Amino acid sequence: MATRVKKPVFLERASYRQRRLQDMARILPVLAAILFVLPLIWKLTGNDGRGTSAVVIYLFAIWSGLIAIAAILSRKLKLDPENGSGKEEG
Amino acid sequence: MVSFNLLIAVSLAYVAFLFIIAFVAERQAERGKGKWLRSSVVYTLSLSIYCTAWTFYGAVGYAARSGLEFITIYLGPTIVMIGWWWVLRKLVRIGRSQRITSIADLISSRFGKSTELGVIVTLIAVVAATPYIALQLQSVTLSTAVFANSSGQNWGAPELASAAFWVAVGLTLFTVIFGTRNLDANERHNGIVMAIAVEAVVKLFALVAVGVFVVWGVAGGIGPTLDLIDASKIAEWSPPGGRWFGLIFLSGAAFLCLPRMFQVLVVENDDESRLSTASWAFPLYLMVMSLFVVPIAVVGLDLLPDGSNPDLFVLTVPLAEGRSGLAILSFLGGFSSATSMVIVATIALSTMVSNHIVVPIWLSSRAGGAMMSGDVRYAVLTARRLSIGGVLLLGYIYYRLSGGGEALAAIGLISFTGVVQILPSMIGGLYWRGATRWGAAAGLITGFAIWAWTLFLPSFGADEVIPQIVLDQGPFGWAWLRPQALFGFAGLDPVIHAVLWSMLLNSAAFVIGSVLTFPLPLERLQGAQFVDVFEHSTGTRSWTHGGAEAEDLLVMAQRILGSTEAQDIFQREAGRQGKEGYLPDVTPQFVEDLERELAGSVGAATAHAMVGQLVQGASVSVEDLIAVADETAQIMEYSARLEAKSAEQERTARQLQEANEKLTALSIQKDAFLGQISHELRTPMTSIRSFSDILREGGATEEMQARHAGIIHDEAVRLTRLLDDLLDLNVLENGQGTLSRQEGHLRDVIDRAIAASVVGEGAIKIQRKRTEEAISLDTDLDRLTQVFINLIANAQKYCTAADPVLRIVVRKAGGRIAVDFIDNGDGIAKEHQEMIFEKFSRLSDHRKAGGAGLGLAICREIMIRLGGSISYLPGQGGAAFRVILP
Amino acid sequence: MGKRVLVIEDEPNIIEALSFILSRDGWTVHTHSDGVNANERIRATPPDLVILDVMLPGKSGFDILRDLRADPEMQALPVLMLTARGQTRDRELAEKLGVNRFITKPFSNAEVIENVRALVTG
Repeated sequence: MATRVKKPVFLERASYRQRRLQDMARILPVLAAILFVLPLIWKLTGNDGRGTSAVVIYLFAIWSGLIAIAAILSRKLKLDPENGSGKEEG
Repeated sequence: MVSFNLLIAVSLAYVAFLFIIAFVAERQAERGKGKWLRSSVVYTLSLSIYCTAWTFYGAVGYAARSGLEFITIYLGPTIVMIGWWWVLRKLVRIGRSQRITSIADLISSRFGKSTELGVIVTLIAVVAATPYIALQLQSVTLSTAVFANSSGQNWGAPELASAAFWVAVGLTLFTVIFGTRNLDANERHNGIVMAIAVEAVVKLFALVAVGVFVVWGVAGGIGPTLDLIDASKIAEWSPPGGRWFGLIFLSGAAFLCLPRMFQVLVVENDDESRLSTASWAFPLYLMVMSLFVVPIAVVGLDLLPDGSNPDLFVLTVPLAEGRSGLAILSFLGGFSSATSMVIVATIALSTMVSNHIVVPIWLSSRAGGAMMSGDVRYAVLTARRLSIGGVLLLGYIYYRLSGGGEALAAIGLISFTGVVQILPSMIGGLYWRGATRWGAAAGLITGFAIWAWTLFLPSFGADEVIPQIVLDQGPFGWAWLRPQALFGFAGLDPVIHAVLWSMLLNSAAFVIGSVLTFPLPLERLQGAQFVDVFEHSTGTRSWTHGGAEAEDLLVMAQRILGSTEAQDIFQREAGRQGKEGYLPDVTPQFVEDLERELAGSVGAATAHAMVGQLVQGASVSVEDLIAVADETAQIMEYSARLEAKSAEQERTARQLQEANEKLTALSIQKDAFLGQISHELRTPMTSIRSFSDILREGGATEEMQARHAGIIHDEAVRLTRLLDDLLDLNVLENGQGTLSRQEGHLRDVIDRAIAASVVGEGAIKIQRKRTEEAISLDTDLDRLTQVFINLIANAQKYCTAADPVLRIVVRKAGGRIAVDFIDNGDGIAKEHQEMIFEKFSRLSDHRKAGGAGLGLAICREIMIRLGGSISYLPGQGGAAFRVILP
Repeated sequence: MGKRVLVIEDEPNIIEALSFILSRDGWTVHTHSDGVNANERIRATPPDLVILDVMLPGKSGFDILRDLRADPEMQALPVLMLTARGQTRDRELAEKLGVNRFITKPFSNAEVIENVRALVTG
């Protein structure tokens, strides 16, 4: 990927914003994975106070949050910003 | 109590409703009205086939047995969807740009269009999916049995088996009707997608309805429900860490690898922006689906007697509470989950089986392969229909053999682990250019073998396939090969054990195999296409030089795509190159595009093999190798913009050159035309003068004199006709003379033409469909008749077949009426096809034709004046002319 | 036995006319109506004179003449050429290629006989 040529070093403001949104889109699943595995650590730390019902509430809260962020990202992200649009074949 | 008959009636009505939905959707799409059919909402809903009966019934059972763990099955896909920017976006782009038809096609295509890899992936998919299909049949029959038993009937094994059988038959019927209507996967299955979208709504609605009833109707609100959870036997949060983590991975990976998910995610995708919406909407669907699973499970555990099957709580809880309407709704939800999964899985599997196994065998069993006569298109459709039946039959057989006893979730996870074996090759293929076919094959086979040994075969139970003693001590007493404790790792959960080892060794074999072997040129090209798909979505270059004749390619393409569509593609390409007619230059780009069009019908490997037969052998030459070596440099050089620009320049240059050639040709033609006229006039005059000399000198017998006078007469007639033709042509070319427009029927025009030209013994046989000719015309009918007469007379004169037959076919091409005149002779060689409409371009040497070679030139002028056209139609077997009516 | 003339021409009626007037004049007439094998035909049974049409199917009269003159044994064979195109360029080309006589169609019978006699006796 380092061999790609002639991409300008400085981008316009809009392109810059797109790049950061793409970064967010890439980070989001990693964040999701970490948050979904987190309840395992509660168990390791021996916190017995939280039962299934607490984990249910936690998981659905996280889930809703992720969906909301994904929805916002999907509205703002342009498909394939470098090449114009996402559909070049008819 | 629910009447069992009512349930059957409701189910049948529901099935009829689905048929109608699918039918209407197909009709709408055919008429081009179906835009609403293809919205992001429908796309998202179609993804819900991930939630099968295993989800609908099984998730509650799973929760009742193992607490919250069921949720991992939804968390995996959620992560994948939210992370669409990483994998799915690339997958969909590749799927669209390479016309991928299935996941087997993806792997085959990526690794040099390898037939073998296609077969391996297909086999893995079929073996892994068969239990899953059996599971769906089981869930439908079990849930039916619940109602049967509750209404007093006592269902045993025979009733269950016959119910499963009829469900399988019905599903086959539906899938064949709506799944094999059209061939090109690009034309997508609108009817089926619409039906499963409706089913998606029904199952979500049903599960939510049961959930709402349970939480507010039975438990008494959210607070009491939470209390109930904490009081139940699944109250303690004690997940085995390995399983929690492992199952999230497994479900996410399976979401990408399941053939049916690939079908709806990639193949049925018509617009990449759908994915962007689904990235949040589908996780939302999953979340709502799982929202009430735990409440239903704890209420079921609380309410129903010990020993009730928790897999059926979704049905039995409403039944126990006397809510029969809700129970029926819930039954329909389960029914929807099962059927939609089976339909899509069957389509996906049958596409793979027919494209990667049946069609290649069929082709190789015929000497000459694609060039043989016979309808490949028909064969492919038949193969696909048979495959659909075959896949469902397998599922049914498995259902009968397994006896249908196990907990639903177990089969699901086994099946998941099987298909996930494709993951390393797929991800490796998408991101690593160094991956080779040998690596992929090694990884797939290793993973599949380990899966079969450690999970699939033991799942039948001890002593069924694998004897207990082997399970305990390993084969031949080799403890390190114990199926559930490979290399001595005893004590792991069997699924996690299988996932861990199969993934590790699969990936290792894939990487080592790839590093040790060298990719074929075609693999490297495809590798670059896949890995850097966003950099160059256009232009593969595997055929750097084409030896194939455009006409051969057209013959083959017509057989697969159908003649109208194939002719369209060729004509469009010819137009793009700035040429007229149906035969473009065979540029590498064109061959590449054509191959992709064909791939949409028969899969990449087969299309490649067929095109390969025509384009100078299937192998890639030294030049290609050099091209591959230069490839990286070239990709860097040619930015998309530059490429477009140079293509534009090339096109302009080409048009200029053609114009220049035309001008030169015109001036040469003028000379040649005068020479030709001179020749055509002087030749009959020579005979006339010579024989009149002879007559004048006298002395010949009376018989001889009569003969000579006859020749003089004939030649004089020929001279007259020539002058008539010349004048006619001159009038037409100069636009003089008026057209006498009349209204009439095409059928009458053809009748008249045949009557005027087909006379005498040994006349050509005419085949026509008079019903097709019922088309009214408003044009100069006499002139049109003249054109038809000319074409029929030509066929009569030049058709060399022993039994000359002329077919007159009327068809619609691009919104206009075309009349094709196709004979069964030798046709016209390609180098002559361009000049036959020129004046005096008589090709045959014999003068028996009698004309001066002006007939087609006159036809062309007439058609131009009438506002239609006439052209030579290559690749029809004999000589063929297409007249497009004004 | 008269001298042998080979008529290479593709119009059946012209062949018939030439055959008639030449045999009446005492010649043995052979005919050939195809351009492609004309040179082989000439080499197989060399005639005393060739009457050659220009517009022949398969191979033009000019090409046949060129190949004929390239063959050392056939360099001296008298050739009378007939053409219906009647352009001066054709005559120039024929002469450059080494034709002996050149007649434009339509011809008078007397003209043909005169030229044929001149070529074989003279």
